[in-house]
Amino acid sequence: MLRNKGIAFKLVLFFTLSSACIFTAIFTYNYFVSRQMIAKGIEENAGNLIMTTTNKIGTLLSATQKVPENIAYFLENSTNDEQELFQVLYAIVEKNPEIYGAAIAFEPYMFKKDRKFFAPYFYKAYGAINFKYLDEHYNYFLWDWYQIPKEIERPEWVEPYFGEGGGILMSSYSVPFYKKVDNKRQIAGVIVVDISLENLRNIVSSIKILQSGYGFLISKNGTFVTHPLKEFIMNETIFTVAEAREDPQLRDVGRKMIKGGHGVAPMWVKSAVTGKSCWMAYMPITSSGWSLGVLFPQDELMADITSLNQIVLFLGITGLILLAVAVVFIARSITGPLRHMAKATEHIGAGNFDIELPPVKTGDEVGRLSEAFSFMRESLKEYIGELTEATASRERMESELKIAHDIQMGILPKKFPPYPERTEFDIYATIKPAREIGGDFYDFFFVDDEHLCFVIADVSGKGIPAALFMALTKTLLKAKATMGLATDKIISRLNEDLCIGNDMSMFVTVFCGILNVKTGEVQYTNGGHNPPLLIKGSGDVAYLEKSGELLVGAMEEAQYTARTITFGPGDSLFLYTDGVTEAMNERNELFSEERLQKELSECQDKNVDHMVSEVMQKIEGFTGSAPQSDDITMMMITYKGK
Amino acid sequence: MHSSRIKSHTVITFLFLATTAMLFSFTMSALCAEPALKDASFIPQWSPQAQFAGYYVAFEKGIYRKYGINLTMKTGGPQSVPVDLLEKEEVDFGTVWLSTAIQKRSQGIRLVNISQIVQRSALMLVAKKGRGITRPEDINGKKVGMWRDEFRLQPLAFFKKFGLNVTIIPQSYSVNLFLRDGVDVASAMWYNEYHTIMSAGVNPDELTSFFFHEYGLNFPEDGIYTLERSFKKDPAVVCSFAKASVEGWQYAFKHPDEALDIVLKYMAMANVPANRVHQKWMLGRMKDLILPEDDRGIAIGALAKQDYLRVAGELMRNGLINQAPGYDDFYKECAKYAEK
Repeated sequence: MLRNKGIAFKLVLFFTLSSACIFTAIFTYNYFVSRQMIAKGIEENAGNLIMTTTNKIGTLLSATQKVPENIAYFLENSTNDEQELFQVLYAIVEKNPEIYGAAIAFEPYMFKKDRKFFAPYFYKAYGAINFKYLDEHYNYFLWDWYQIPKEIERPEWVEPYFGEGGGILMSSYSVPFYKKVDNKRQIAGVIVVDISLENLRNIVSSIKILQSGYGFLISKNGTFVTHPLKEFIMNETIFTVAEAREDPQLRDVGRKMIKGGHGVAPMWVKSAVTGKSCWMAYMPITSSGWSLGVLFPQDELMADITSLNQIVLFLGITGLILLAVAVVFIARSITGPLRHMAKATEHIGAGNFDIELPPVKTGDEVGRLSEAFSFMRESLKEYIGELTEATASRERMESELKIAHDIQMGILPKKFPPYPERTEFDIYATIKPAREIGGDFYDFFFVDDEHLCFVIADVSGKGIPAALFMALTKTLLKAKATMGLATDKIISRLNEDLCIGNDMSMFVTVFCGILNVKTGEVQYTNGGHNPPLLIKGSGDVAYLEKSGELLVGAMEEAQYTARTITFGPGDSLFLYTDGVTEAMNERNELFSEERLQKELSECQDKNVDHMVSEVMQKIEGFTGSAPQSDDITMMMITYKGK
Repeated sequence: MHSSRIKSHTVITFLFLATTAMLFSFTMSALCAEPALKDASFIPQWSPQAQFAGYYVAFEKGIYRKYGINLTMKTGGPQSVPVDLLEKEEVDFGTVWLSTAIQKRSQGIRLVNISQIVQRSALMLVAKKGRGITRPEDINGKKVGMWRDEFRLQPLAFFKKFGLNVTIIPQSYSVNLFLRDGVDVASAMWYNEYHTIMSAGVNPDELTSFFFHEYGLNFPEDGIYTLERSFKKDPAVVCSFAKASVEGWQYAFKHPDEALDIVLKYMAMANVPANRVHQKWMLGRMKDLILPEDDRGIAIGALAKQDYLRVAGELMRNGLINQAPGYDDFYKECAKYAEK
């Protein structure tokens, strides 16, 4: 399909596609590298931001932690003096602005043998420091702030809660303290301080990342302590959010967070506020086991890169279009002249050499091709002109030759039977010339009343020289024969005459015989010709023995002999040229002497003309459509007797 | 002539139609007049949550109305204990745990069960596999967080059954003590605390759960109760209430999202913090508890005698009651009364 498209199309396709591939590769690489750079930047920035924030929060909390821890140490060795405890508690609440309230809660009967509940509590309210006992109605033994540090035997930040009267988010830090009873160190109670988490919330909610990024704080249970969405605070945990979103990855990150892990969760965390994909960095607040998370909105972080990439993409596409246009332009400058030349070639092919060629504008390959093409047209025009002329002259010559040939054939005796008044013999001859002018001929004539001279000959070569040589031979031979010479003498004389001035080294094979019509005696000389066949009246067919004598006209001193056979009544002699035996079929097989002999012996009709015609038919049947390459000449003479 | 005939024809037609319409409307009002709705009131044993989705749905979707009851839905909570309100006749119907109701009846408050909604115990024990607890035997010698009163019956029977010695730590409303490893085993309601534990980042595969029904200690929980006196006075309306409630539950299970919306609406009205995921879990578990998959052939809302006897027996063994009330006195199977 593509194969049949034009060069311009292929060029545009190839260049545009390959450029697009290169561009895409560069663009993609650039995109990913720049994203990685951004990601790395986030990690660094996030690291700094989170570190600063968690430090701030940590400082806030650990400052608070010190107070009850010191008290616990103090209580371990103090006597249970109620007044002293009140002073200490009051001082804690008064001296520490971040502390909202403080209590020392004793185990049952640990403070005094008769008091199950003893837990003095000082707290700030209505601009003053108030006091109350936490009693059996409150039953502090069942509260997390008391139960957890007691059971796990170490200080603990309790899960944040909304303070009484609502509104203020608070948390408490409680520290178990111990006393020695009967030399056994045992739990004596829990010291608790309440702090407002408002400062901490302010620190976290001051985190603003770009347009919509934010920070949040989760407790040890994953509960949101601060979050831009108010309904999340104390009501959702990171795990319920993950469950609602059916996001197991978020649950996994949440688990890492509450277990004190830190890291960055890339991209798939969705902002609860905007729903955008965010990078989420998280870090623990080690003192309380809480965790800070900060969301960096992906698209806002990538905004610069995205707009840069959009510009790069725009430039790239524009470049590609320009490239395509340029390629089209270049391709046109090549294919235009080519198309023009293709059309011109069609015209030239049809013989119209005067068609206008595209002008040569450039010196490049196309220009050179145009130039060469133009030169070729001129050469062709000239050549064709010459060829036309040459052809015309050759045709003229050929037609003249044809006429000459026809004349030449015309001089052969054509009238059969030639001597109707003679009953002693029958004679028949035929010649089928090949397309080219050949040199076969036959002849017969009476030398005197009793002697009939018959000749068959084949001049070497073809064409005009052969024709002329044949005419010469025929004339000479007849001249010699009519002098009453014996056949050997005729051939010898002929040989001598032909050798004179035979620069072309032409020669001829000749069979010459003289029949005495009275006696049936035949004197003959074979000058290198195919041996004729003797057909006896009884039907036997045999070749005359080969004379072994030389061709005529080749060597001046050649010697020839005359031989004699005697015909009985009904005997015949069949003469032929090599055009008969060397006739070739399409498989390059020769008609051959054997086949000729066979055909002749199978002939039923012994009339001379019939036999010759029949042999001719057999030859034609044998050669089929193969072209005739040589003259086919046959002559038959039958002696009938007196 | 022509026109006047048309006129008279029109008048006749009009009169005919008017008469027919009047007759029809009289007949309709006589036939279809809703029997006057009967007033009743109901209180669930806790503040609004999916544990009571069926009642809120039945109320919201007009199912009680369909059953001829003009219901007043009271908001439950720690200050409003249904048994107290029933006793004082401040409310007509309330949900109560089966074990609580049997105790109260034996104390003289003549409650009758008109529908046992929750067939299976949601009360369970959970432990962290990380603390080496995977079988009941592993609990031996461990600290177990336990609630008070009837919430202790099954765990104590369970410990007895497996011969376990445990340190009982009183458990409050939160599961934080368990989450901080202050106890090894905690009590939990499957539909509530169990999910709270998961919502604090503990994965189910990290927990070992002991469901009492798997240890032959199934105690059906929430049932609908009224005073025997109220029942005798008008069994029809009592049973209509029970049937409407059951229908409400069926509707809630068929349309969980709508049911959740309704529950959340009532939670917001009661100013209770609402977490949709948590309520969704709760509704799903209520379905498992009300329509257990290995249904023992008990129709929804029915109290099986063997369940009743097991709970009563356990109460006696623990000395909480002296004598079990008769099953037939205690449970009024509404199918016998409602159809007339």
